[in-house]
Amino acid sequence: MTGTLLAVVARILSGASVRWIDCQPDVCQRVYFANHTSHLDAIVLWSVLPTMLRPLTRPVAAKDYWEKGAVRRYMARTFNALLIDRTDIKVHQSPVDLMLREIGDRQSLIVFPEGSRNTGSELQEFKSGLYYLAKKRPDLELVPVHIDNLNRVLPRGEFLPVPLLSLVTFGPPMWLEAGEPKAEFLNRARDSIRRLKDL
Amino acid sequence: MYDDVKTLSLVGGVLALLFGATSIGQRLKYQSDIGLNPAVVEAFNLRIRAWWLMYTVLAAAFLLGPASRVATVVLFGLISFWALREFITLTPTRLGDHRTLFWVFFLFTPLQYWLVGMGVQKYELLFSVLIPVYAFLFIPARVALAGDYKHFLERTAKIQAGLMVCVYCLSYAPALLSLKIPGYEGQNPRLLFFFVLVVQLGDVLQYAWGKLLGQHVIAPAISANRTWEGFVGGVASATLIGTALWWATPFQPWEAAGLSLVICVMGFAGGMTMSAIKRDRGVKDYGTLVVGHGGVLDRIDSICFAAPVFYHLTRFFFVPTA
Repeated sequence: MTGTLLAVVARILSGASVRWIDCQPDVCQRVYFANHTSHLDAIVLWSVLPTMLRPLTRPVAAKDYWEKGAVRRYMARTFNALLIDRTDIKVHQSPVDLMLREIGDRQSLIVFPEGSRNTGSELQEFKSGLYYLAKKRPDLELVPVHIDNLNRVLPRGEFLPVPLLSLVTFGPPMWLEAGEPKAEFLNRARDSIRRLKDL
Repeated sequence: MYDDVKTLSLVGGVLALLFGATSIGQRLKYQSDIGLNPAVVEAFNLRIRAWWLMYTVLAAAFLLGPASRVATVVLFGLISFWALREFITLTPTRLGDHRTLFWVFFLFTPLQYWLVGMGVQKYELLFSVLIPVYAFLFIPARVALAGDYKHFLERTAKIQAGLMVCVYCLSYAPALLSLKIPGYEGQNPRLLFFFVLVVQLGDVLQYAWGKLLGQHVIAPAISANRTWEGFVGGVASATLIGTALWWATPFQPWEAAGLSLVICVMGFAGGMTMSAIKRDRGVKDYGTLVVGHGGVLDRIDSICFAAPVFYHLTRFFFVPTA
């Protein structure tokens, strides 16, 4: 209930419209990976998913940001965020293992492989997490998502939003090819988001 | 009672027209063998949908009675808000403009409509200078404070232009509701209805005449659809219809004719101007980011340009100064 409300507010505020290009909403297990330009990215991406998929989809977000203050904590719980502690990463307990354990065989993930929010217009290099997710669970569909204009709604370092219109584009799913090197795969993933920008 | 008959005929007549247009649009959609460009049919149907929305909003203004003015003002305020969203979305701004934009959206826009809602006659001075003067002073000052001087004049001018067209100009339409025209008390919603109807008819008739007879394109680089034949035919026929509707207004037939002519020409000017901005930004519709819709701004551009002129002429010639 509050989840729906939060989704509606997020959509109105971000004026987000959605395009699904060569990809349909589905309950199968997926990793949505997107460019990261605003704190709103995770909420907006989550809120443009069909109602049925929202409880099954968990945005991966930084624990230090989303556990600060009651409002953020409440919001993170509402949109079912999977919080990762960026300061406390252990070798035997990697974030990728934690994510895979949390989603089990039902849930999907929303990740931002650029790591931190991007201030420029070009996509940054991807962190390798996406590769290890794909390697450990080759059955997950990797869905590229491009988020346009949200950085102008709530840019880095600002706390008051300007209600412009944004656009979320879902692209065709991809997988890790057999024996594909890490760098090559990450470049391919990055290109798949970049391509959506110009469609 | 006589006035109610007038209102009902106006609202009912337009309702019949809309039903007619909708059924034509639907028939065209499902008859693919008549050789019409499907994109044209689609555009026609989108336009009809927008008309239904406008019609519902304006007709509701009649039905709501005493609360109608507030409801209409709020609705126009929301339309302005949305149009400004589209305008700024397609205007490149920089990070340094962010906080200025926040005030533009959440202070100036609501304040302008609050003044309209409070009754323009009382706050006329502030209503007419809030955006042209105070926002004009505030915007560059706030942008300067943010410390980014790149393309300074360009950025502030663009924000100001968006605010002027989408908020200031459009707010003159609901402001018609608070004009005190002697002998026309309580009938102002009909004046607003008349105004929107004539502007929209001017739009669509120019398009229709242009499709039928169009030979000489006015400015090919800006719009391939707008021809001199369309302009003359559309403005003339919409003016005739406006004249024929004089009974719904406080005007004599010849006055209704003159005002209809002016608002149709202004509507044309609005369409041309907004097209020029769109060409510059390389988009077809302001709603490009809203999939499957033309933008709100594409539907109201003519109203934005015609409203201030119609308001001032009516105010000057038909409202006695106290």
